[in-house]
Amino acid sequence: MEDNKKQTGKIVDTTSIMGNYAIYSDEKVNSKIPEGPVAEKWTNFKAHQKLVNPANKRHLDIIVVGTGLAGASAAATLGEMGFNVLNFCIQDSPRRAHSIAAQGGINAAKNYQNDGDSVYRLFYDTVKGGDFRSREANVYRLAEVSNNIIDQCVAQGVPFAREYGGLLANRSFGGAQVSRTFYAKGQTGQQLLLGAYSSLNRQIKKGSVKSFVRREMLDLVVVDGRARGIIVRNLITGEIERYAAHAVVVATGGYGRVFFLSTNAMGCNGSVAVQCFKHGAYLANLCFTQIHPTCIPKHGENQSKLTLMSESLRNDGRIWVPKKKEDAEAIRAGKLKPTQIAEEDRDYYLERRYPAFGNLCPRDIASRAAKERCDAGYGVGTGNAVYLDFSEAINRLGRDVIEARYGNLFQMYEMITDDNPYETPMMIFPASHYTMGGIWVDYELQTSIPGLFAIGEANFSDHGGNRLGASALMQGLADGYFVLPYTMQNYLSDQIKVKHPDTNAPEFEEAEKKVRARIERLMNIKGKRSADSIHKQLGLIMWNLVGMGRTAESLMEAIKQIDEVKKEFDTNLFIPGSADTLNTELEKALRLEDFITIGKLMAIDALHRNESCGAHFREEYQTPDGEAQRRDDEYMYVACWKYNGEDGKPVLLKEPLKYEAIKVQTRNYKS
Amino acid sequence: MENSINIKLKIWRQHGPKEPGQFVEYPMNDVPTDISFLEMLDMLNEQLVERGEEPVVFDNDCREGICGMCSLYINGNPHGPVGSITTCQLHMRKFNDGDTITVEPWRSAAFPVIRDLMVDRSAFDKIQQAGGYVSFNTGGAQDANAIPIPKEAADEAMDSATCIGCGACVAACKNGSAMLFVSAKVSQFALLPQGKVEAARRVRAMVSKMDELGFGNCTNTGACAAQCPKNISLSNIARMNREYLKMKFKD
Repeated sequence: MEDNKKQTGKIVDTTSIMGNYAIYSDEKVNSKIPEGPVAEKWTNFKAHQKLVNPANKRHLDIIVVGTGLAGASAAATLGEMGFNVLNFCIQDSPRRAHSIAAQGGINAAKNYQNDGDSVYRLFYDTVKGGDFRSREANVYRLAEVSNNIIDQCVAQGVPFAREYGGLLANRSFGGAQVSRTFYAKGQTGQQLLLGAYSSLNRQIKKGSVKSFVRREMLDLVVVDGRARGIIVRNLITGEIERYAAHAVVVATGGYGRVFFLSTNAMGCNGSVAVQCFKHGAYLANLCFTQIHPTCIPKHGENQSKLTLMSESLRNDGRIWVPKKKEDAEAIRAGKLKPTQIAEEDRDYYLERRYPAFGNLCPRDIASRAAKERCDAGYGVGTGNAVYLDFSEAINRLGRDVIEARYGNLFQMYEMITDDNPYETPMMIFPASHYTMGGIWVDYELQTSIPGLFAIGEANFSDHGGNRLGASALMQGLADGYFVLPYTMQNYLSDQIKVKHPDTNAPEFEEAEKKVRARIERLMNIKGKRSADSIHKQLGLIMWNLVGMGRTAESLMEAIKQIDEVKKEFDTNLFIPGSADTLNTELEKALRLEDFITIGKLMAIDALHRNESCGAHFREEYQTPDGEAQRRDDEYMYVACWKYNGEDGKPVLLKEPLKYEAIKVQTRNYKS
Repeated sequence: MENSINIKLKIWRQHGPKEPGQFVEYPMNDVPTDISFLEMLDMLNEQLVERGEEPVVFDNDCREGICGMCSLYINGNPHGPVGSITTCQLHMRKFNDGDTITVEPWRSAAFPVIRDLMVDRSAFDKIQQAGGYVSFNTGGAQDANAIPIPKEAADEAMDSATCIGCGACVAACKNGSAMLFVSAKVSQFALLPQGKVEAARRVRAMVSKMDELGFGNCTNTGACAAQCPKNISLSNIARMNREYLKMKFKD
């Protein structure tokens, strides 16, 4: 293994030069964590929070942007409670949101398998998996409500996998030593989302939720310091529309497509986060972006997205590369097949390095280990791939069992690669998948703008530096079904006397004008390049310089290059057609401009965090055996970034993290 | 090692729902066979934008066969010539050098064209809103293992619930019937104890909404199931018919 890479002459700790990129502030951040022991905080909160009575709920309007697990479950539940909900999505139906693509499962602390699971253990695993950069109080609450989610979904008619006795089945996911993951074939996200969508439909029929599809939010409207509405573009007619409410909830997912190639859907974007940022909402921990270890490798320049192979495959698949460099070379040259490599010549590097967790170690660790082997010259395929091999499991369990467990995933793999994974090992490589960072929220899921809430992947709250598998579905539904509908009332109880906000107010007028001016500016650049071609350029910079391994040098270079991309965008973008009708190129351009903003902020966040932690691996900070080296004394805080004008440097505020229920330690998946 | 082919695309272009449409031909050279069909359309659009023309509009999102957003009639088949996949999972290696590929939108009275290859499938949402749910409020659930459900029933419900709502069944049907789509949802719930309570109400509401929205009748030709990218079985339709009869008898 390489030694600690600290080299003389190069900048390692950036603290002295951060002034060139950011302004550090001492302003306090109030996370509103309730008093008391961690296990009692949520109960105490609910017992003492303010509520809105049924007659008043009818007079309160709530905008929910997004219809994924978080958005749909929140909109449905708030509708059930009696609020008036306006629900928006960019797709043609709420059922299309990208939560639908989640494959593997959802965690809960049911302990149905009698393997020693508990709320505390799920809480502990999640905090440890997040490398001690998440809020204890939030994570405990998440673990606490996880069991309610499973009950809820079964009651909705979600067809989870079951045992012959009729009870629910479980499997294991990375970062855990228990089987706590509930699943519906390899389509768990689909089934949970359709469950939330069905509850949403019931409210739409009742009239408590109004659904607006093919609408894209383009600005937040803030009146007297409170979120009061949104400006959207009707994607079919091109019309700009205004909607007002007593509160706004954003559930618009993550910004993983900043890398262009990712496992996210084509429409996923971080634009709403940027809009909220520009109105004063903090963006937190943006450098924590998850690179998922098991994706189908990139095949060529025309590729539009990468496809995930569920982490559940690591229950039975074993990850390896050849032990000998010459074997790897021969495989890359097409002279040797993986099946011809003898057992003793295979390096099952995860089992070797992390014997206690083996192939089921957390995602950040598995991704980095794959990159380490490929960088060292042991990669297969194009050189950027490793094997995920089922031959042992097929021998042990039979092909039928493997087919029943993963049939649809194997079929998906074969469709894309033209290889049959029953006969030859799958090839996989890490890809951008999920963003732990996002809009900063307090314990009540409220952002730093009163009346603006953020839930699901869009917020930063529960996963710290790295998210464990099967925890995204858990968090989305926890926020939407069980947390936000309570915590929001603490805010809304003060709003009962506020009249329905008027969309003719000057703030709406102003916001619409700004949106129109922005669209006109983009339409009038009239350069030569499509939004996608510039987006690919940005993606490469992000992947090469702000990807799985980062250095102070690479990040400074990234910031420079991102500024150049912005210049290219401002002067050479071309959007055909007109803005006052359906225009997919305009949609892409608007999203891209915001990705450029996020990309730069991500690089600055990564540059300021002089440690390796979770998914953020600064190569200068590693232990002699190549593991992430945290610096708890300096960086045990949430980095909250505040907007400071188009040309101003972003302002950094710190929310210190305190660990009372869990002893802070170095993550260990070896023993 | 990358192989590539030359093809000719014949694509339906239509600017708006009420405007006349027509096929436009686009020759495409050096199309890598490893890319997906939609990536090939991305390539075409990139070329069109370079020439200052408007790109071909088509719905797509997840590009891994699960969101149900992509559609397209390709050479006369919904989701293309390969069975059991969606258009986004179709790869160019399934085509040959010199092929002419005809690309059309879903054609059905209930799915009006919005532009080019994009259609309006909001009728599907309306059917789901009519009764495609279990009436249950958040928070009131008992323990998830309180009611054991036989594995066979759960698995069968899962198969029905696999429907992605893409509309290929309607597009494939000569009558434009939505029976496969509706019956998949009705079946999922009819198979599970949680859904049985409202089974009669649900089937009545969903079927009458389907009729009201202008979908055609089912004449049991089975094109829907044959073309379904998720292999939703015709037995769902049989089950729905039984549920419908049961409801009628109850009345």
